[in-house]
Amino acid sequence: MSIDLSQFHQVFIDEAYEHLDAMEQLLLAIDIEHPNLDDLNAIFRAAHSIKGGSGTFGFSNIADLTHALESLLDKLRKETLPITHEMVSAFLACGDLLKLMLEAHQDGGDLDEQRVTDMKTLLLSLGEEASILEDSATHTPTQSPVTTYRIRLHPDSDIFSGPASFEALVADLSRLGTLILIADQGAGRYEWTLTGSVVLQDLLDTFAFICQDYEVTITEEPAVVEDEGFGFFMDLPEPSSASDADFGFFVDESELPASQASEDSGFGFFVDETELPAVKQAQQETEQGFGFFVPESELPKQAASIKESPAAVAPVPVSAPRKSKQADASKAHAETSIRVGVEKVDQLINLVGELVITRSMLAQSVSELDPVHFETIHKGLVNLERNSRDLQEAVMSIRMLPINFVFGRFPRVVRDLTQKMSKKVRLKLVGEETELDKGLIEKLADPLTHLLRNSIDHGIEIPEVRRAAGKPEEGTITLSASHQGGSILVQITDDGAGLDREKLIAKAREKGLPLSDNPTDKEVWQLIFAPGFSTAKEVTDVSGRGVGMDVVQRNISEMKGQVEIESAQGVGTTIGLRLPLTLAILDGMILRVADEVFVLPLTRILESFQPDSSQMKSVAGQGRVVQMRGEYLPLVELHKLLGIQPQYMRPEEGILVVVETTQDKVALFVDELIAQQQVVIKSLETHFRKVDGLSGATIMGDGRVALILDIDRLARMHSTFQAHS
Amino acid sequence: MTDAASSQHNQAKREFLTFTLGEEEYAIDILTVQEIRGYNAVTRIANTPDYIKGVINMRGVIVPVVDMRLKFHLGNATYDEFTVMIILNLGQRVVGMVVDAVSDVVALSADDIRPAPDFGATFDTQYLLGLASVAERMAIVVDIEKLMSSQDMGLVDQLSSEAV
Repeated sequence: MSIDLSQFHQVFIDEAYEHLDAMEQLLLAIDIEHPNLDDLNAIFRAAHSIKGGSGTFGFSNIADLTHALESLLDKLRKETLPITHEMVSAFLACGDLLKLMLEAHQDGGDLDEQRVTDMKTLLLSLGEEASILEDSATHTPTQSPVTTYRIRLHPDSDIFSGPASFEALVADLSRLGTLILIADQGAGRYEWTLTGSVVLQDLLDTFAFICQDYEVTITEEPAVVEDEGFGFFMDLPEPSSASDADFGFFVDESELPASQASEDSGFGFFVDETELPAVKQAQQETEQGFGFFVPESELPKQAASIKESPAAVAPVPVSAPRKSKQADASKAHAETSIRVGVEKVDQLINLVGELVITRSMLAQSVSELDPVHFETIHKGLVNLERNSRDLQEAVMSIRMLPINFVFGRFPRVVRDLTQKMSKKVRLKLVGEETELDKGLIEKLADPLTHLLRNSIDHGIEIPEVRRAAGKPEEGTITLSASHQGGSILVQITDDGAGLDREKLIAKAREKGLPLSDNPTDKEVWQLIFAPGFSTAKEVTDVSGRGVGMDVVQRNISEMKGQVEIESAQGVGTTIGLRLPLTLAILDGMILRVADEVFVLPLTRILESFQPDSSQMKSVAGQGRVVQMRGEYLPLVELHKLLGIQPQYMRPEEGILVVVETTQDKVALFVDELIAQQQVVIKSLETHFRKVDGLSGATIMGDGRVALILDIDRLARMHSTFQAHS
Repeated sequence: MTDAASSQHNQAKREFLTFTLGEEEYAIDILTVQEIRGYNAVTRIANTPDYIKGVINMRGVIVPVVDMRLKFHLGNATYDEFTVMIILNLGQRVVGMVVDAVSDVVALSADDIRPAPDFGATFDTQYLLGLASVAERMAIVVDIEKLMSSQDMGLVDQLSSEAV
């Protein structure tokens, strides 16, 4: 009997996609001149994980390709090869191909095997090309020299829960070289020496599985130091320092046997300036090897030359400490998350909603009880209210994801588009951590991609034009997200040409679109949302067909959001998307007509007032209007539209709510405003159908259903109603 | 299907819930019944046919309620503490159905259900599985799933109305 592995295929495929996305992000962020070794390792790990998984599940073509990818990446991370632009492009293309292959496995579709072979050949040739270069350079060895490391393991707690894991570790280490146990200090503390042709990274990788980075110290023993390490520092004046610089990561521990600093420097990142004076020397050496934090006053001349040499001679890993900490943080984050189906979360939200309703029903009954005799019940209810509110917030937050989930794909889009159009564009992401509802994030991807394409195609000028206009050749597009009150503002700002007012007006006249004689900027900008409107001189495969902005606007208003445009010719354009925080919760105004209760989205309400009879006017054929500060607003009587016998027939007795529709402002006549309240939006369509004038329903504190009004539809119903009567 | 299997299939009894609408007795497959409850807290929905009474909150889910007495002009459509509502679970959809009274649960085999003659306009025979005799009375066996998802009931979005 064999285990049916196919049940795990989806898990592997999901994970593989995640790894590929992570890989792509790292590749896009990589600095070719000074690649971050951590990043290279992370990319390598991603490729390695995919290879491992695909091998296990029998996706041999994926395993083959990732093997080729991994081999090349391995050379990069061991620094036997410098990374090049061609490689990054090849890796990205390879990532795309792997995604296609995954899709093919998932859907059982066909795959162009030739592309796979080509990609494999490309990866291999990139690896070889560079090794030929290397050979001619002679100094760079393809194999690591024999080195002796001193390994000191000092975990916070005894990490070897059973003898098995300790033996496994010893076995792993023995495979790398000759292992000699020096000291067993108990509680999981050991010291070894290891001699063999090993690179430090392999050792670190071995320990990565069993303990935290800081819990192990690996240093190079001076006795067998090979100055030629990587051959970069041959002609430096002081060979022993040079050997330290080999990897730029560690110092000679033999000089400072018990120093804390050397421990830190094992990774080279966390150099603590407040160390004891006794270890100062060690610090300096670390700093030298690394090229950072050099206290100039203390630095001997020789050391200075060492410090400069690595940067000048070869791509020694130079990375900012801050960045690597970030990488650690995101890695830790990935490890502590679990994958849960959305329907489970939604069910949880429903159940919590039920709990809240049950609580308010209880509260209603309890309020009739004598507080003196039932004090504990009252107290308990207060606690229950607080707890259920906290619970509701916590559950809602599960649905919230950082907007980075959609922003994350754009560096790639920009890279591809700018290469295609030979423009230079830098993409700046701001506020990627801003959280919003998962449902919104998914729906935001398409409109944002479209706007970004527009900005690159129409907004940013070609480098020559930009130079002539006195702007930097490289254009900047900023994608930003921020919370503003109860909504989220996502903005795309470019420093391109801006919208051309005259051209837009001319085009609108040509197309016969209605436009006043002296339109405001806002009116002119609105033109770009008209279907089929494009001012592009030629249609590219990127944009210019004039389909799009109307779709963007429709998508955004489906999300109950708004699109705002600001533009100045020659300076740039900002397109802002204002969205509600979540699709699941609505800030509502509860109102009443007769004994029926409705919810009106608070964001649409401008004001409410009780008119006097002098403000009410009748317009022949157009029903009644109400005069408010010189404006005439059509009077929409909710009771007429919904066929209710209202408490008040005259607006002077009830209340008017001024609401903003997509077209205009209207005054909605209702009997009474009850309260402002957050409500959980429920769909009517799940078990029923769409009803004109309603956008959904919600459940009130007493367990009854209240309907949520769709203001735009109501306004339209009002116009047809007027036309018929 | 072989004859033996088919006759065996015909012998297998299924349970039906019977309810009354006016003078008539109806039967529906009990597996479509989720629960039976009293009629209360229905929120009216404007601009819908009168037999769609509105929506109720079924443990956090918004469920429409139809009054079969109004739909088929049978019995008195009064609402009091004795009015009952059968909550149907039809695959993806949950619907509440108001009837005069719930009577019984009966077991019927396929052989017990006779083909129905054409009734005329009141109850389209396409929604009927047939007629069955239950303890000296006649029950009309309804394909409730087909009926509730039909255009006649106006409970689901119709493509034609969507286009308007």
